[in-house]
Amino acid sequence: MEWFKKVKTGLKAQEKRPIPDGVWVKCDTCGEIIYKKELIQNLWVCAKCGFHFRIKSGDYVRILLDDGTFDELHSNITAVDSLKFRDSKKYTDRVKDAMKKTGLSEAARTGIGKVDGKSIVLGILAFDFLGGSMGSVVGEKIARATEQALRDKIPLIVVSSSGGARMQEGALSLMQMAKTSARLAQLSEASVPYISVLTHPTTGGVAASFAMLGDIIIAEPGALIGFAGPRVIEQTIGQELPEGFQRSEFLLEHGFIDVIVNRRELKPIISTLLDHLT
Amino acid sequence: MNETGHDFERKIIALRRELDDVRARSLDHDPAFKDDLKQQAQKLEKAIRDIHSKLNRWQRVLLARHPQRPYTMDYIRFMITDFVELHGDRLFADDKAIVGGLGKLAHRTVVIVGHQKGRSTKENLYRNFGMANPEGYRKALRLMRLAAKYKRPVVCLIDTPGAYPGIGAEERGQAEAIARNLFEMSRLPVPIIVVVIGEGASGGALGIGVGDRLLMMENTWYSVISPEGCASILWRSAEKKEQAAEALKLTPQDLMVQGLIDEIIPEPLGGAHFDHEEAASILKRTLERVLGELGGMPPQELLDKRIEKFSRMGLFQEPNAEKEETNVG
Ligand SMILES: [Zn+2]
Repeated sequence: MEWFKKVKTGLKAQEKRPIPDGVWVKCDTCGEIIYKKELIQNLWVCAKCGFHFRIKSGDYVRILLDDGTFDELHSNITAVDSLKFRDSKKYTDRVKDAMKKTGLSEAARTGIGKVDGKSIVLGILAFDFLGGSMGSVVGEKIARATEQALRDKIPLIVVSSSGGARMQEGALSLMQMAKTSARLAQLSEASVPYISVLTHPTTGGVAASFAMLGDIIIAEPGALIGFAGPRVIEQTIGQELPEGFQRSEFLLEHGFIDVIVNRRELKPIISTLLDHLT
Repeated sequence: MNETGHDFERKIIALRRELDDVRARSLDHDPAFKDDLKQQAQKLEKAIRDIHSKLNRWQRVLLARHPQRPYTMDYIRFMITDFVELHGDRLFADDKAIVGGLGKLAHRTVVIVGHQKGRSTKENLYRNFGMANPEGYRKALRLMRLAAKYKRPVVCLIDTPGAYPGIGAEERGQAEAIARNLFEMSRLPVPIIVVVIGEGASGGALGIGVGDRLLMMENTWYSVISPEGCASILWRSAEKKEQAAEALKLTPQDLMVQGLIDEIIPEPLGGAHFDHEEAASILKRTLERVLGELGGMPPQELLDKRIEKFSRMGLFQEPNAEKEETNVG
């Protein structure tokens, strides 16, 4: 599989978005020059090698939900700099910049929508907003989405892409892992389905909480999924990682995800699963 | 007493020696000198407390990592009677970085689990420096389910620099193991008391950290990442660990302000490493009291309160809502 070649370069290869206004886009993996309109039509999947370009939260809304059914919730919840955190930049500035860059209010978007006419609660993490990191806002929005699913007895679907818990909120971020997982345990007790969709990359505190707790766990091909990042592991063990390590196919092989689904098949598969479970 | 060579620690050691000396003299001296010696002792105690109160966050981290601090097995030795260690996750292996078993805390049988560090290099290799693999979290969960089955409370002692970042750990699902524990611990129908006894780093700590009460010993830290890890990512240099420690606000006092913990447990003068037995006796008294508070609660109420507790954690703004959601104060 072509994307395995990318493992040593970590996230870099997929970080670059293709030239925004260009007519042609080069596939990061196979080098194929693709007509952009064709790529968009193909949901940003390279027709030649199957490489899944990273797409935005809005793209997943369009891919998964019936047209015009998304009712976004809690988009007025925003981050607070509770620790007065500052590294090379102030946390408040990082948040402001991310808002400006993405047009989003935070790294999670949640709402209600329909999949082939079936009502669901949808959560999507936005990797372009501070690496999809989970602080108090992401934790709260995922927790509320879960509560909503429980209250309305409709399935929850969360599409993850995240580097993990957000360092700038310290222990508050860490506790969001417990908060989201606890809500999911309630949902599970009520037998309300939860489908977790893992996209590139899903690591750290997000992987070690709600992302790994789905009744069904689906992954896009070639996504990096794991607890520790590859760089940290390489530094710890002092050796290079094997090919394909921590990619979707590796997780499938080791029994930690249910199925790898090409982005073009994502909606039909989810729709079928919803029929089976509801 | 091995010292680790930090200036503040040398001062404390010298003061503690002086204090021991004064106390010894006050035992066999003429009663006429007693008041004088008592005053001297008080002065020395105050001097030690002063040094402590002025430590910066990085120095607090160093204290939490002190190689002579009591570890889980030390607390068990002094607090628990009839302890039987139970091994293995029944799936893959026995992780030496997390220990656990059944024992009595005063008159109550409890399940106690905790991270276990080593003191010597050899011990540390055996314990993997207190960094658990998935089987450690799964062993802990197995023991907690045993506790639920026989309606015994659970005590979790946190002391880890993080979950182990290795190839095997990822192959066996480190993320899943931690996530599963958060999920299961939030619904375990018996009281769970969590105590940070040393280092509490990231998901590796939280993996045995969901409960009805979260307590921290006085000289410990708890955060989303270690200061070194944070520094190497945000400052691009692990050397900036001191700044990272300040920024992360990771002391027990900081977490109290953030509304995340319930109590700070005092340690013997100068730190728990000076007196394991005394540290364990303070912790034991605290656990007995808290178990007493939780013991009478019906399971459903316990679980409702536990989920409320974690649901309240977080700080954000929400305009147009009735109030800004905070858990501070
Ligand atoms: Zn391609």
